[in-house]
Amino acid sequence: MIEVKNLHKGFGDVKVLKGITTTFHPGKTSLIIGQSGSGKTVFLKSLIGLHIPEEGTISFDGMINTKVTNEEKRQWRQEVGMVFQGSALFDSQTVAENVMFPLKMFTNQSQSEMLDRVNFALNRVHLKNSNKKLPAELSGGMQKRVAIARAIVMNPKYLFCDEPNSGLDPQTAIVIDNLIQEITDEFNITTVINTHDMNSVMEIGEKIIFLKDGRKAWEGSSNEIFKTDNEAVVNFVYSSNLFKKVREAYLKETK
Amino acid sequence: MNYIEHIGKYFLMLVQVFKKPQKNRVFYEALMKEIEELGLKSLGIIIFISFFIGGVIALQTALNLDSPFIPDSLIGFAAKRSIILEFAPTFCSIILAGKVGSYITSSIGAMRVTEQIDALEVMGINAISYLVLPKVLSTVFFYPFLIILAMIMGIFGGWVTGVLSGLFTGADYIIGIQTTFDPFLITYAMIKTLVFAFLIATVPSYHGYYVKGGSIAVGKASTQAVVWTIILIVLANYFLTQMLLT
Repeated sequence: MIEVKNLHKGFGDVKVLKGITTTFHPGKTSLIIGQSGSGKTVFLKSLIGLHIPEEGTISFDGMINTKVTNEEKRQWRQEVGMVFQGSALFDSQTVAENVMFPLKMFTNQSQSEMLDRVNFALNRVHLKNSNKKLPAELSGGMQKRVAIARAIVMNPKYLFCDEPNSGLDPQTAIVIDNLIQEITDEFNITTVINTHDMNSVMEIGEKIIFLKDGRKAWEGSSNEIFKTDNEAVVNFVYSSNLFKKVREAYLKETK
Repeated sequence: MNYIEHIGKYFLMLVQVFKKPQKNRVFYEALMKEIEELGLKSLGIIIFISFFIGGVIALQTALNLDSPFIPDSLIGFAAKRSIILEFAPTFCSIILAGKVGSYITSSIGAMRVTEQIDALEVMGINAISYLVLPKVLSTVFFYPFLIILAMIMGIFGGWVTGVLSGLFTGADYIIGIQTTFDPFLITYAMIKTLVFAFLIATVPSYHGYYVKGGSIAVGKASTQAVVWTIILIVLANYFLTQMLLT
């Protein structure tokens, strides 16, 4: 479980996060949503330790990641998987080498053991016969799958995804969403996704956190987001006519 | 950002660079790859340029020493000195700063703007050491061989020029090369090469690692890296010459 308490982060005079408190539970997919500039990316980067909070704490199963030794931090990082917005695959390495990289760095497994694990991870994301391809030879959706395979190859306890659907067609976006949720359930991972995609919100949002101006403006599930009367959430989530109609239909049905 | 801040940040980066590699097997693979990229792939251009510049040096010397009181062997002597002292270590390092420096900055810079460096950091990898240390070691260990090759090719180019142009004989040129050979000159050239190799690896790495923005920023950083590397090579050349030869 990840517990965030009173998190503050700024850059110079600009305060980006202003006292966020929340929790993320194992086996659940949590989504962070909000307008551009609301602090989603800074929040996610603070969770994964790329930004050091100015105030407040983030604890991972009781371990506060800013109050540990370097060795403990290194151990903790091996429990974290991250899928970046642009996939962040290493250009000069093949698909198999990308997925194998964390194993090479942090385990003493033999080449065949590592290959078995790589094949397992690639099969899990339904990607076969691509081991020898370079990232540039793959489509956006395939690159995302490789990034997910690399993120899960070390059996992480925590999985973070920064806009995993950006740049993907709607069909592929749903495939990626479902894949992340399946993996979260299967391996009991604490998954946190930063997204703009309202389909993801409706489909896989077991817990949704809405950020506005660096503050948590709302928190709830995908069912609750239909019923909420929080003006900021309604204006953001139901800004398109399609989603307005979906909401109206849902509310009619559940009356 | 002012210059003092850049210098401070550069030295802080160097502290991170020289930390023990996290996995020897991965480090060895990266080192071999960098030796190929930064060293072996520079062989062709160094051989080509050294040969022709050596020829030009010999030609210019021959044309400017056109006097019956000056023996032709002096052409070989002057060409050898010019090539060993300045042309091979300094001129070749400036060429390598352009070729290798822009490659280093653009490759690391592209990794920065596409979040590949963030990915390394999230995995708990010391990204600076992982990316820069193999480059530093490959240039520092390989460039002395490259510069010695440049010396040999430059002197050979001078000999070929003499033979083909008829301005001096090959025999006179060889006598000149053998006249008052001072081994310290090679030591001096090697010391300079090591310093320049270090600059060629670290200054562009610094510019690439701390780049901010997108592809245009990477392009600008590559240009800046090459300019600053050349400036530092020229300054280091002056101070090393002052310290070692005067």
